Amino acid sequence: MGRARLYPDEPSGPFPSPPSTIEDREGRDIEIRAPGQLTTDLDAVVEMYDQFDPTDRAQGIPPTGEDRIRNWLETIADESVNVIAHHKPNGDVDGDTEVIAHAMLVPDADDPAAIENNSDIEWELAIFVLQDYQQAGIGTHLLKHLLGHASDVGIERVWLTVERWNNPAIALYERVGFEASGTESFEQEMSIRLE
Amino acid sequence: MNVLVGLGGSDESVKTLRQTIDRTQDVGDDLTVAVLEKPESKRSQGEMYEEADSLLSEAGVDADLVRLEGDPGSALVDHAEQGEFDQLVIGGGTLSPMGKIQLGPITEFVLLNAPTTVKLVR
Repeated sequence: MGRARLYPDEPSGPFPSPPSTIEDREGRDIEIRAPGQLTTDLDAVVEMYDQFDPTDRAQGIPPTGEDRIRNWLETIADESVNVIAHHKPNGDVDGDTEVIAHAMLVPDADDPAAIENNSDIEWELAIFVLQDYQQAGIGTHLLKHLLGHASDVGIERVWLTVERWNNPAIALYERVGFEASGTESFEQEMSIRLE
Repeated sequence: MNVLVGLGGSDESVKTLRQTIDRTQDVGDDLTVAVLEKPESKRSQGEMYEEADSLLSEAGVDADLVRLEGDPGSALVDHAEQGEFDQLVIGGGTLSPMGKIQLGPITEFVLLNAPTTVKLVR
């Protein structure tokens, strides 16, 4: 941790800020919100990861089983920056919305509580979309809103790793401005500089 | 079983060695400990060698302790090919802030090129 990563010289943006309601390619209304704290929506997010198909896991996350999922999210909740996509299933007029996707940034710092400026440190990104909502454009919208929200709170440097063979994910990240960085091994490291 | 463990000088290296020592004591494996040349590591090759030496002494394990010069992945695989080893042991990845397991380029090289079974220690 804390090792210097390479970032593109040119910043990317601007990106849209949450909250927004978008229509996905299946005609579903998806609300994208940024909770002040992940803990506000923790139960609904745990529920989403509990429904997540383990075959789509990447590099060990999300963990499986409600306890391990909750433990993982609680570990990263305090200092993370989050956007959450909600959908109200059809015919469920009175029901609550369900969380169907989640994207987050986690600070790459030994003592995240001591961060003075979000621009001082690097942030690791991850995004997960529930299987029934994949390939409908939601991931792209959610990713852009996370980067918009990140820019709003002063974050400048964002990185991620993605499995090298995951071409759809790499293409998604490249579309919004991520560039390959760092050494290639099983994981491709990518980074973006925000306006 | 004849086991070769490779250490790059990270905290994961120390954990890997501790677990391998425990296993060696449980089952009576023959152990060779190779300390690799990895300048970007937390511990220098000399420091890792000293730490490995004292961990082995404390445990009372009689192991061969060697330094391997040059590219760490390649040097470890070469050493494995020259000896009669049944298993090669290395650290099995670090965790990112997010909790993602990350396997570095040395791990990848060893997994793809080793002539023996490779064990990744978590």
